[in-house]
Amino acid sequence: MHVEKQRPAGSALMHFLYLIFIDPFVQMAQAPDLLAQTLWEGLVSGMLYALIALGFVLIFKASGVFNFAQGIMVVFAALTLVGLYEAGVPAFLALALAIVVMFILAFVVERSVLRPLVGQPDIILFMATFGITYFLIGFGEIVFGGDPKVMITAPLYLPKGAITYHTLGGMVQLQKIDIAAAVIASLMVAGLAIFFSRTRIGRALRAVADSHEAALSVGISLEQIWVIVWFAAGLVALVTGIFWGARSDVSFALEVIALKALPVLILGGFTSIPGAIVGGLIIGLGEKIVEFYWGPLVGGGTDAWFAYVIALLFLLFRPQGLFGERIIERI
Amino acid sequence: MNLTADSQDQIRVPSIAQGERILSVNNIEVIYNRVILVLKGVSLEVTRGGIVALLGANGAGKTTTLKAISNLLQAGRGEVTKGTIEFEGQQVQHLSPNELVRRGCIQVMEGRMCFGHLTIEENLLTGAFTRRDGQAAIKADIEKVYAYFPRLRERRASLAGYTSGGEQQMCAIGRALMSKPKMILLDEPSMGLAPQVVEEIFEIVRDLNAREGVSFLLAEQNTNMALRYARYGYILENGRVVMDGDAQALSQNADVKEFYLGVAEGKRKSFREGKHYRRRKRWLA
Ligand SMILES: Nc1ncnc2c1ncn2[C@@H]1O[C@H](COP(=O)(O)OP(=O)(O)O)[C@@H](O)[C@H]1O
Ligand SMILES: [Mg+2]
Repeated sequence: MHVEKQRPAGSALMHFLYLIFIDPFVQMAQAPDLLAQTLWEGLVSGMLYALIALGFVLIFKASGVFNFAQGIMVVFAALTLVGLYEAGVPAFLALALAIVVMFILAFVVERSVLRPLVGQPDIILFMATFGITYFLIGFGEIVFGGDPKVMITAPLYLPKGAITYHTLGGMVQLQKIDIAAAVIASLMVAGLAIFFSRTRIGRALRAVADSHEAALSVGISLEQIWVIVWFAAGLVALVTGIFWGARSDVSFALEVIALKALPVLILGGFTSIPGAIVGGLIIGLGEKIVEFYWGPLVGGGTDAWFAYVIALLFLLFRPQGLFGERIIERI
Repeated sequence: MNLTADSQDQIRVPSIAQGERILSVNNIEVIYNRVILVLKGVSLEVTRGGIVALLGANGAGKTTTLKAISNLLQAGRGEVTKGTIEFEGQQVQHLSPNELVRRGCIQVMEGRMCFGHLTIEENLLTGAFTRRDGQAAIKADIEKVYAYFPRLRERRASLAGYTSGGEQQMCAIGRALMSKPKMILLDEPSMGLAPQVVEEIFEIVRDLNAREGVSFLLAEQNTNMALRYARYGYILENGRVVMDGDAQALSQNADVKEFYLGVAEGKRKSFREGKHYRRRKRWLA
């Protein structure tokens, strides 16, 4: 680099700027296969963030509760599935039972937490979800033990191995389980979208999200709607738990991934389902790209804080998020 | 409980006593936040097929009365602490709003409260939440609502939040109709609307009453308008019924004329002294 030779005093700075602003893009252009691989990894983890955020958004929209327990619901659902299987229940029956357990959880939460606390300030309900979190951790450990478990993938006919494409002057490897996760997550989101827009209950859910009081006045039963959204969030948690569990293992350590949902929510807006999805993907992609291309400059580990920095910037400049609900004000 | 408990009001309702009562509110007391006493013994009744006006200034307790009936007080931390409410002869004060709507008593709230992020047609469909009589019947009723409110048909695909105040009021009434109500508690439909729109809406209310047999309890500050359409009226002040009678008689009454219709007839004593000037000013404005 001749620039360095000519101006040695500024050379360190120039080199540093080069490393930040030029070099990563040169690398991207030189090895497009690595870029594609990184993008894919980012998309996959972004999708899982998006699913967790989606669970939050469902509950937040319909009941105004910021559900701190969403992350632990992911773990609890996955543990239930694996725990039942290990206890000798056939895989698909275990899956069905895990779904039933998530329904029971929704029902119990509505009866014992939401209903008695209705009309209380939001902060009280938020604190109550801490209670749910620690109850689930304690209960999960008593029933299933504290050891990490391995997600059952083969018995559920989830694919193993990878597909390798020799392309872009190199190769890109896609794990089949990640492809399955992408397909199932997309189907689930599409299913939810149809449910929301086309069904009686879905419309009622949106009505409740719009105004609790008006929904009550037309005879919509909030209790019923709350059970349904918590159940929907439970199903989303189960799917998330299966695929996240397949990537690492199933233990309460997974809970930390739920903390990633917070920046996703700040990015996407707390009440927007598309926001949760796009926000999740952006955070996932951004994290992997930054870690791969810029991480070495600071000794790596950027994925631990990158999402929060983005969230902070959004809080400063666009607090309603990318897709924060348009507020319709009209007299 | 029987209405004889409240003889004072019964004496004054000769025209109503003849018909069958669909709703009777017997001496109810409502307290907000466990301390604020807002209704201090309100009694009223509505005959089946009637239109009854509940009149009174801002803050008199009209909304509170309607919400006590439809059981929507809880969300505002309010509670009926005394008295009974009967709908079709059965006590209903312990029923959920959901159950009341199922039985045919629905409220159209003050400020319309349409679901702003739902389209007009979706709003109407939410009104059918409690029904179990199938898609075809619901479709037919949507058409019926559109027949009463042709403007809603034009705006069927618009988000309710982007429609005009009059359209939102129509949407709110139409949405209530979708529950197949026997009785609608209609809270201040005229609020913030232009006079022609108010007229249009009241005409439809009269139509619905005549052709669908829906009974109305109509809370209004617009005394003049309400008394033109109602058959009977109650005047609420400070959480108490201070006067009631046939709509005709009320609109002829000198006090009502002065304080609620803005027609002064010489010097009169106020219903309750002190707020005289303010009240006049509000009603004459
Ligand atoms: N949720 C509430 N909490 C406390 N006070 C209330 C509440 N709602 C209404 N009030 C009070 O009750 C009184 C009657 O209100 P309201 O029934 O809304 O009157 P109106 O509908 O006739 O204007 C007012 O003084 C009002 O301030
Ligand atoms: Mg009012």
